[in-house]
Amino acid sequence: MSRDRDSRRLPVIVTFVVGLMLTVMPLPETVEAFRPDWLALVVIFWAMQLPRTWSVGTAWFIGIILDVSYGTLLGQHALALCVVAFATVRSHLLMRVFPLSQLSATIFALLALYQFILFWVNGVAGVSAPAVTYWAPVITGTLIWPFLYMFLSGVRYRSRSGA
Amino acid sequence: MVASRGNNSNPARIPALGLRVLALILISILLMYLDHRRNHLDGIRRGIGAAVYPVQVVVDAPVRMWKWLRQSTTSRNELELELGRLRAERLLTNARLQRLTALEAENARLRALLDARTTVRDEVRVAEIMAVDANPYEHNLIIDIGSTDGVYDGQAIVDANGVVGQVIRTGIMTAQAVLISDADHALPVEVNRNGLRTIAVGTGEIDRLDLPFLPNNADIRAGDLLVTSGLGGAFPSGYPVAVVNSVTRIPQEPFADVTATPSAALDQVREVMLIWSAPPASEETDE
Repeated sequence: MSRDRDSRRLPVIVTFVVGLMLTVMPLPETVEAFRPDWLALVVIFWAMQLPRTWSVGTAWFIGIILDVSYGTLLGQHALALCVVAFATVRSHLLMRVFPLSQLSATIFALLALYQFILFWVNGVAGVSAPAVTYWAPVITGTLIWPFLYMFLSGVRYRSRSGA
Repeated sequence: MVASRGNNSNPARIPALGLRVLALILISILLMYLDHRRNHLDGIRRGIGAAVYPVQVVVDAPVRMWKWLRQSTTSRNELELELGRLRAERLLTNARLQRLTALEAENARLRALLDARTTVRDEVRVAEIMAVDANPYEHNLIIDIGSTDGVYDGQAIVDANGVVGQVIRTGIMTAQAVLISDADHALPVEVNRNGLRTIAVGTGEIDRLDLPFLPNNADIRAGDLLVTSGLGGAFPSGYPVAVVNSVTRIPQEPFADVTATPSAALDQVREVMLIWSAPPASEETDE
């Protein structure tokens, strides 16, 4: 049983690592502001699909890694991701049966919550206020969600049949 | 799948989820509180930073590979052209350097006469910029040497044309630096022509610095070269920073509106130089 579980964990960890790569990958200046929050999306997906294994603890840990690679306040992204994961786990049963339109709206709300917490912490800590494009990742993230969802579902079911 | 695991008779119930999330939120807030005063958590940051390092290397790899591939497939013709260009450039630089050596000696003599502290020549080392984006809301970059090579927080970074920025966080194998164009960065400069001192503030635009503290009657004009004044203690003096490109004087405003263009190609550099200024000045950074 334990071997079975480990073989299921690896693909998920790989998706997190790939998410981190996409997060730090260099992009041209003009599109950089529109980079979706890959890791937030991946965290939401796994918290929604396998909430017992991947929930707030994982999200928090990934947030800490994000904080280190961004050089932001240690705990800022951790806090935001952890709250988002909590909201996802609380509503994961609903989210699974939502049609795409409703699910997209939910994802939009979750990403907005994520950015808002980051924004709020920045405000409290006195980090200078970013531009309007600050909210762009919420929109690009929502737009990219259906594709990511299909891809990650593929990963999930393939890894299950392989296990 | 969840149902097949058998232990999910009521999958909505995740044990102690609320408690866990509350604990994590409290830990986050505590961490942020400690981190806000910097330094407290540098050890943890460095530890996790080392774990992130492989990811950064992997992301950087294609760019490095591409560069290597291009280098190894350039035609002989191009190489010869490049060699010729470099030779000419070296000749020119060397000619200038001859004068510089003489001037440096003269300067040291004069300073000795005046009983002033002799400026010691700075120690430099070349570092390569990793093709890794750190924080999208800050102008910063990551270089491929860290504390094991003696890099320290607040260290000045220049390229062939001028000041690039300064190190803000030193990791073990990498270091993160803020560019002078970052909106939170300010740099003490002086006008090379007349020694007028002021502060160059980043704007968040890669090709523009502002000089907000110059009175309307200040002797400054477009084309003036700004060099580091060395007053902040972080940057050694005398490195070119920017060229003034516009001075707008509005009579009813107390300060002139002066903008400058950084001398260093901030968004194109691939190799930079780190400076170890000989007498380690005060620890403070002028961020």
